[in-house]
Amino acid sequence: MRIGVITFPGSLDDVDAARAVRLAGGDAVALWHADHDLLDVDAVVLPGGFSYGDYLRAGAIAARAPLMADVVTRARQGMPVLGICNGFQVLCEAGLLPGALTRNAHLHFRNRDQSLRVERADTAWTSDYANGQRIVVPVKNGEGRYVAAPGDLDRLEAENRVVFRYLGGNPNGSLRDIAGITSENGRIVGLMPHPEHAIEELTGPSTDGLGFFTSVLKALVAA
Amino acid sequence: MIDTVDLAAKTPDEPQPYRELGLKDDEYARIRDILGRRPTTAELAMYSVMWSEHCSYKSSKVHLRRFGELPESDALLVGIGENAGVVDVGDGYAVTFKVESHNHPSYVEPYQGAATGVGGIVRDILTMGARPVAVMDSLRFGRADAPDTARVLPGVVAGVGGYGNCLGLPNIGGELLFDDCYAGNPLVNALCVGVMRHEDVRLAKAEGVGNKVILFGARTGGDGIGGVSVLASETFDAEGPAKRPSVQVGDPFTEKLLIEACLEIFAADLVTGIQDLGGAGLSCATSELASAGAGGMHVDLDTVPLRDSTLTPAEILMSESQERMCAIVEPAKVERFLAVCRKWDVLATVIGEVTGGDRLTVDWRGERIVDVPPRTVAHEGPVYERPMRRPEDLDALQADDAARLPRPSTGAELQAHWLAVISSPDGADKTWVTEQYDRYVRGNTVLAQPDDAGVVRIDEETHRGIALALDGNARAARLDPYTGAQLNLAEAYRNVAVSGARPLAVTNCLNFGSPEEPEVMWQFAEAVRGLADGCRALGLPVTGGNVSLYNQTGEVAINPTPVIGVLGVHDDVRERVSTGWRSAGETVLLLGETRDELSGSAWAAVVHGHLGGRPPVVDLAAERTLAEVLGALAREGLVTAAHDLADGGLAQALTEATLRHGTGGRLALDGDPFVALFSESTGRALVTTTDPKAVKDTARWAGVPVTELGTTGGDTLALDGLLELPLAELRAAWTATLPALFGLPEAPVGVRPVGTVPAGTVLSS
Repeated sequence: MRIGVITFPGSLDDVDAARAVRLAGGDAVALWHADHDLLDVDAVVLPGGFSYGDYLRAGAIAARAPLMADVVTRARQGMPVLGICNGFQVLCEAGLLPGALTRNAHLHFRNRDQSLRVERADTAWTSDYANGQRIVVPVKNGEGRYVAAPGDLDRLEAENRVVFRYLGGNPNGSLRDIAGITSENGRIVGLMPHPEHAIEELTGPSTDGLGFFTSVLKALVAA
Repeated sequence: MIDTVDLAAKTPDEPQPYRELGLKDDEYARIRDILGRRPTTAELAMYSVMWSEHCSYKSSKVHLRRFGELPESDALLVGIGENAGVVDVGDGYAVTFKVESHNHPSYVEPYQGAATGVGGIVRDILTMGARPVAVMDSLRFGRADAPDTARVLPGVVAGVGGYGNCLGLPNIGGELLFDDCYAGNPLVNALCVGVMRHEDVRLAKAEGVGNKVILFGARTGGDGIGGVSVLASETFDAEGPAKRPSVQVGDPFTEKLLIEACLEIFAADLVTGIQDLGGAGLSCATSELASAGAGGMHVDLDTVPLRDSTLTPAEILMSESQERMCAIVEPAKVERFLAVCRKWDVLATVIGEVTGGDRLTVDWRGERIVDVPPRTVAHEGPVYERPMRRPEDLDALQADDAARLPRPSTGAELQAHWLAVISSPDGADKTWVTEQYDRYVRGNTVLAQPDDAGVVRIDEETHRGIALALDGNARAARLDPYTGAQLNLAEAYRNVAVSGARPLAVTNCLNFGSPEEPEVMWQFAEAVRGLADGCRALGLPVTGGNVSLYNQTGEVAINPTPVIGVLGVHDDVRERVSTGWRSAGETVLLLGETRDELSGSAWAAVVHGHLGGRPPVVDLAAERTLAEVLGALAREGLVTAAHDLADGGLAQALTEATLRHGTGGRLALDGDPFVALFSESTGRALVTTTDPKAVKDTARWAGVPVTELGTTGGDTLALDGLLELPLAELRAAWTATLPALFGLPEAPVGVRPVGTVPAGTVLSS
């Protein structure tokens, strides 16, 4: 299975996302923001980083990159898309997920090993987890505070679209401890924490993040 | 009016503001001698900046030669003199690493000063042809509770983090220390390390007549123009433009693009020489490239892309606008070079070419404003043998031994002093800082702060990796700069060794007061001599370094602060050893010998506000043996944790080892428990093992003293017959200090107490 990883100017965790895809058993395909070619990938990861230096608003410029038009089209047709950190910000800016990520409540960049509760184990990216499972993956951001209008938050919860919540301390002041959400069809997932940094015992706080990438490979095989 | 070469020749008596630019009478006279006329305004600007202490090393050069006289090392691929030294780490990989100071800018504008410090050292590493893979930072501030520290520290930390995080470079460690002597003189030393293949090493020289000079990266603006603002107001009338800010403003996004563009350019073999623009900007880059190469270069200054069209030519030549590089490119490759830059949205402009002859010429608006021999600008600046004098107070200081200080004797007193040391700003948990740094990006960080060394994997197939540590205890250097420099070298060396790595090479950042003070110059010379002798004893080359002088306010210089970086190699990073105790029931052993050495210690500073006596003895042969033992233990998988003993002695090491994973221990101390806990004897490491016999045998076979201290386990740290500290209490004391001083981690903005110290904390004076 071919999983694309998009590199925007200022993307940083693209090498990490590609490594995670490989370790999960997939083919990582490098995609370039300025192209109009998804190179026949079966799913796409928007990696972390500071695309366009976070200028204007985090993710705002990348969301208008040429390749994002193709991503939006394919995503609406059901292609699995994962947005991590800056990738989550891009998904929100591109209108594929609701809400926005704003400056952390305490205004500091914050990097720590974060516990999360898996709230939905039936999306394309989380089927290898169990509902209610606690996982530990790094979180690292300066603008990771998830916000949305109260009505939107109520609807997200009513539709069971919160995929992850922060446990043991909310690192950035996200409303209702929301760490990640999904689209109505459960194919698009965006989250601030970094599963791609928790895939090897040697370099991560756990290997809990690998499940994202094994999940999507299974979802694609099943499709 | 433009001050051209012709005009300069016709108006020899035109008064010039050379003194305001920091040039001495004889230096100015020498420039006139070299040129056979007075310099033009632009030339004067170039010489003044390139002959400054910062660029020319005029006071330190005669001493730094000691590093060049060290025995040749097989590991050294490129030595001192280039932007950064390059070391062979095996399997065809080369590593380049260097520390640089950005002290003064960080005091003036903490965020931008620190940010551009990181940016500058990253470009130095990139310039060598390497992909930067990690950064570290060594920071010093005034008293932790001083109001100005509350101004400077948060900005510096945010700046180091803001720039490094946005570049996608993991921050793998460093130091944070406080002392009154740094009030008004904070030290911000940033290290970057990069990796490349042997054949990819690039050098900064302009060769091949007809090759093009390409300036690429950010546009040139008025930022970072220091002394040259004098010229600006000289050239224009007094009502003219205001002096420009002398601290540069960083744009890490542009630097990230510059990194990726450069690496693509290197991979396609599109450059013959490359240099980054740092201090002294275009003046430095062009004169150094020309001087190190064929010798001739012509630049057309009108082609330089500007952010501000009102800049004078001297300002353009001096501007320290960040995120710029200068490359020498064969004409046939220019188009491909520019195409790579376009792909990464990096502005690139041909500004000149390599010429025959040995002159660097610069034209502006059709007139010649610079015509100089580049070597005289870049490499043949003044060299001073400054007078030196052993500090008058040193005898009295060394006689004031810590032996006279009252020592704790009861368990309760020991516990109180223990908590005071580990909760002091120097000893306390540094999470407040390190949480602001990305340590995960690129996915190769094997160990990072709070481990003793940062460890980075450089090959995912072979698991080859590198280890790095930075250490700079200035208390010891104040008491004895020769020993102090060796102490820091030994500590960084040991920190690399406890991770299981084989130490390989040394870099340094030497932070001192004014070289015009004979006592400071003596401290500097002694520290260099100590470091050179130390490296000879350890068999390590010095790959380069940085000197920062004039760190003083008025008459009072900072304590001499030689910050030493040691690079080590892991043949297999999976064998790395971390500092924290993980499991119960393991045996705790102390390697090395503990002597009654409390002078200059954290205990003396924290509890008594005392600095005096002689620093601990450094035994480099013993350090070498200990490092070999630690390496062997790691390779054999015989130790489960290893932690270096340094500031705060065993008390500090036990605190960090137990709190890491919340595993306590029960220990029995031989001899005087106070000395056992707080002495800072060198050459020691704390290890845990499930096979104590094998560890003891290995150590004894090598001649390293080994003492069994006890067993891991439980949720307290118990010293038989003395005290039992619940880990929760220890953790509360250790973690409270920095948040209490600089803001609680989760507190929303506006609820940040400034300059408050938790009750019970004893601060160093």
